[in-house]
Amino acid sequence: MLGEAEPQWLSEEVKTGTTIIAIEFNGGVVLGSDSRVSAGSSVVNRVMNKLSPLHDKIYCALSGSAADAQTIAEMVNYQLDVHSMEIGEDPLVRSAATLVRNISYKYKEELSANLIVAGWDRRGGGQVFATLKGLLTRQPFAVGGSGSSYVYGFVDAEYRKGMSKEECQQFVVNTLSLAMNRDGSSGGVAYLVTIDEHCTEEKVILGNDLPTFFDQ
Amino acid sequence: MLGEAEPHWLSEEVKTGTTIIAIEFNGGVVLGSDSRVSAGASVVNRVMNKLSPLHDKIYCALSGSAADAQTIAEMVNYQLDVHSMEIGEDPQVRSAANLVRNISYKYKEELSAHLIVAGWDRRAGGQVFATLNGLLTRQPFAVGGSGSSYVYGFVDAEYRKGMSKEDCQQFVVNTLSLAMNRDGSSGGVAYLVSIDEHCTEEKVILGNDLPTFFDQ
Repeated sequence: MLGEAEPQWLSEEVKTGTTIIAIEFNGGVVLGSDSRVSAGSSVVNRVMNKLSPLHDKIYCALSGSAADAQTIAEMVNYQLDVHSMEIGEDPLVRSAATLVRNISYKYKEELSANLIVAGWDRRGGGQVFATLKGLLTRQPFAVGGSGSSYVYGFVDAEYRKGMSKEECQQFVVNTLSLAMNRDGSSGGVAYLVTIDEHCTEEKVILGNDLPTFFDQ
Repeated sequence: MLGEAEPHWLSEEVKTGTTIIAIEFNGGVVLGSDSRVSAGASVVNRVMNKLSPLHDKIYCALSGSAADAQTIAEMVNYQLDVHSMEIGEDPQVRSAANLVRNISYKYKEELSAHLIVAGWDRRAGGQVFATLNGLLTRQPFAVGGSGSSYVYGFVDAEYRKGMSKEDCQQFVVNTLSLAMNRDGSSGGVAYLVSIDEHCTEEKVILGNDLPTFFDQ
């Protein structure tokens, strides 16, 4: 017990490793994430929900450094509350994304987190915004995190314009499952959030309910 | 002209960046590669054929350092010629893969190349071997090179056992195209080699004949 070295994972930065994805459909969005948080080679949380609400109908997906990502999300959650009280109505998705982008850009040297912002508002319907490294761009879908590299080919091949809500959910679940199989920093369960005009639905898909592929 | 600095691509290591793939079908194999060779940010050869013959019905696909990969291929080509003269018949694919693996393993600290070996022999039909970092493993298909990361999800989702030769060729072309779109170090044209009992067919697919996806 004397002079026992501190476990390595206590001094490793806690990263969310991660695979995150968001996709818009006509009338809403679907966000998805895995649930693994790693510190070096240890998994420090195997059930973390990386889909964080910024407002009733606006969510963000966290990746990169866990501390940085959570802090940005909490700050923007607060700023968006204030903003929506000031304007007297629900905020636009673009506003939320701009707030995230402002923080990511101003502190781009110090932070290492990438948030995907997605939601529904009355003016623009379902929207997905990428805010990587301080840019702001609206996209039909966005993927992020370490696991995303492995599924670029899959999403490029499989994405179709005009998919329905159920097709988008299936697309997200398939993508997460493929990435979780290949990326050591992604795994656990899959969290899904579906947002449209009428409701915001959170769902968990456990490991053995995820789609399997030829080698499983 | 006095004191003009040497262009920096002259001092950068020449890597084949690359996407390579090989897949077996009942009775043969299909190999595919892109054609880009980069030195830093310069493309020094945009039409290099990375599918190198080791014997009549055994090919290898080169990735990593261009010099290392070509040298390994040439050495094994020579060793295989000698070996096939000694045994008096065509060599097995496993023998070729073993020769590649022996070099990759012995010099693993000095070399940085990864060769995928694939071909047809009378004893076991079509076979694909991966030799990454000095291992030797037979697989239904193998992908390699910097572009392969982006298509792991795609090949995991799309691969089926028992595909025909034409299905395999289409699978290879789709995979190469997706990887070439996402990886900065892969591009140019696609080279295909199909090997079966009766013939070894080399093919080139030019840029505008490659499959396109939703954003093109």
